[in-house]
Amino acid sequence: MADNDPAVRTRGLRRTYGARKALDGLDMEVGRGTVHAVLGPNGAGKTTLVRTLATLLRVQAGYAEVVGIDLAAHPRLVRRRIGLLGQHAAVDEELSGRQNLEVFGRLYHLGGRRAAARAEELLERFGLAGTGRTPVRAYSGGMRRRLDLAASLLVDPDVLFLDEPTTGLDPRGRGEVWNAVRSLVGGGSTVLLTTQYLEEADQLADRISVVDGGRVIADGTADQLKEEVGGDRIDVVLRDPGRLAEAAAVLGGVSATGRADTDADTRRVSAPVADRMAALHHAVRALDAAGIAAEDLAVRRPTLDEVFLHLTGGPAGAVPGEHEEVSA
Amino acid sequence: MSDTAYVPPVAGTAPLHGSAFGWWLADSWTMTRRELARWARRPGQVAVNLAFPVVMLLMFALFLGGAMTVAGGGEYTEFLVPGMFVLTMAFGLEATMTAVTQDLGRGVVDRFRSMPMAPSAVLVGRGVADVLESAVSLGVMLLAGLAIGWRWHGSLPAVLSAVGLLLLLRLAMLWCGIWLGLVVGRPELVMAVQILVWPFAFTSGVFAPPESMPGWLGALAEWNPLSATASAVRALFGNPGAVSASWPAENALPLAVLWPLLLLAVAFPLAAARFRRLGR
Repeated sequence: MADNDPAVRTRGLRRTYGARKALDGLDMEVGRGTVHAVLGPNGAGKTTLVRTLATLLRVQAGYAEVVGIDLAAHPRLVRRRIGLLGQHAAVDEELSGRQNLEVFGRLYHLGGRRAAARAEELLERFGLAGTGRTPVRAYSGGMRRRLDLAASLLVDPDVLFLDEPTTGLDPRGRGEVWNAVRSLVGGGSTVLLTTQYLEEADQLADRISVVDGGRVIADGTADQLKEEVGGDRIDVVLRDPGRLAEAAAVLGGVSATGRADTDADTRRVSAPVADRMAALHHAVRALDAAGIAAEDLAVRRPTLDEVFLHLTGGPAGAVPGEHEEVSA
Repeated sequence: MSDTAYVPPVAGTAPLHGSAFGWWLADSWTMTRRELARWARRPGQVAVNLAFPVVMLLMFALFLGGAMTVAGGGEYTEFLVPGMFVLTMAFGLEATMTAVTQDLGRGVVDRFRSMPMAPSAVLVGRGVADVLESAVSLGVMLLAGLAIGWRWHGSLPAVLSAVGLLLLLRLAMLWCGIWLGLVVGRPELVMAVQILVWPFAFTSGVFAPPESMPGWLGALAEWNPLSATASAVRALFGNPGAVSASWPAENALPLAVLWPLLLLAVAFPLAAARFRRLGR
C-alpha cells in the first residue's frame, strides 16, 4: 500500500471464455505516474485485461493488484482508486454533459454541491463548458469521448484505464482525446491505455507492452520497440511489377538489415532503414541509375503489423500454435 | 464483508463516512433521479408510452366492445377497463427490459460497476423510477376509462386497494423485466420476449372470462397471475367479473397478492445475482 507500489502489477493473470484463452499468463508492471500503453491487435486480450483491472471481470486465475490492493480480495477498495474509460461511451445520451457528471459525482459520494462544482470544473477543463442543456446525443464523437474522460476523472483517480480511447474517432476527435490524455500526465496520474495503433502508443506512452494471445510478448519504450523492428522503413511502389526483384536488390543496398521485402500484389518493395533522409536520398539515386520507374516512394514508421511480424514471426493476431485462441 | 474492514487513508478518493445502508439509500435515490431526468428529457417518447395503452383501450372498447357480452350480465366496458389496467401493468415488463438492455449496451452499467457505489442501487433506481412512471400511466388510464363510460362502484378504500394491487403487479413485472433484461443482454433480443408477452396476456381473464375459452386453455388462464389481479380489481371496483366457481376464481384477491409476491421473491434475487455475476 506504500506509494512506491507500482500502479498495476499482474502475475500469471489468466482468463478463459470457454475454450478461448483471453489472458494466458499475463505479467505486467506499470510504474506510478507513467502512461503505459498496451498495444495489440483485436482479440489479443487488451479489453479483457482492462476490464479485469477495473473490477468488471473477476480474477479467474493468477494475481493482479492496483496501487498495491489485491483485486481479487478487495474489488470495492480498488473502485475508489480508479477511473475507467471503456470502449463504449458510458454516458447517458438523453442527459446533458453536466447532468451526467453530476449523477456520477453523487454516486462517488461527493454530495450535491461538490458534485455540481466538480462537474463545472471538468466541463471547463475539457472544453465542454458551453454545451449547456444540449443532450449528449447531439455531441460529436470527440466531445462524447471527452465527457466520458471527464466522468472517469471525477475523483482524481490514482490509475486511469482507457480502453481504445480513440477507436472510431475522426482525426480531429483523436487529436482532442490525445491532448486531454497528455494534460493528465502533469497531474501525476497513472494512465494505462490500450490501443491497436503504434502511432498512438508512440504519441502518448512512456512505456509500451505489446500483447498477443493474452500474453505480453514485448515490453519497452517506443524507441526500443521500433529499434527492435528496425526503425523506419522505406516503401517503393513500382510501375512495372516485372522489376520487383531488381528493385529489391537495389533497396537491399540502403537497407539496415541488408535485405528488402517484396509484395507482388501491391508492386511494393519495402526495407528497414537506419537514417531516413540518407536512405531516401540513396534510394532515389540508385533506382534512377538502374532505370527503375517508381510510382510512389515514401519513408514511414513501421506499422503494428510489422512489429508483430518481427516479434512473433507471424502476422498480427496469429502467434504460432494459438490461431484459435486469438480469433475474436 | 471483508471490503469494509480496511480503508486506505488516501486523499482524493471518495469519502466513506456514513452507514452502508445510508449510502445504499442515497445511491438508489440518485439512480432514481437519473431515470426521472432521462424521462423529462424525452417528452415525446413518454407521451407515446402513456398513449399506447389508451389507444389499446379505445380499440378494444369501441371496435370489439359492441359485439361482446359479459357472462353473468353487465357492460363489456365495465369488464374490459380493469382488464386493460392489468394489461398496462403487465406490458411494463417490456419497457423495463428494454431500458435495462439499453443501459447494458451503452456501457453505462460498466461505469457504475467500476465505481464505489452500492451495486444494487443500479437496479433499485430503475425499479423505483419505473413504478413512478407506471403510477402516472395508471392515472391516465383511469381517466381514459372514465371518459368512455367506465365507473367504479366500490368504496374509496376498495378503489385504493385495487390501485395498490395493480402497482404491486407492476412491481413484480418490473423485476421480472430487470432479470430478463440482464439475461438476454442485447436490445435485439427483447423483441423475442415482446412477442411472448402477448399470448401470455391473452391467456388470462384480461379480455374475456376464462370460462369462455376451451377447457385446457381456460384452466391455464384461470391460474395466470394476470387473471388473479384482473378478477380482484374487478371485484374491488365493483365491476362485472368472472362467474366461474373454480378455486382460483373464488380466491382471486389473496392470489392477486400472493402471485406478485411470489414473482418478486423469485425475480428479485435472480436479478440481483445476475447483476453481481456480470463479471464472472
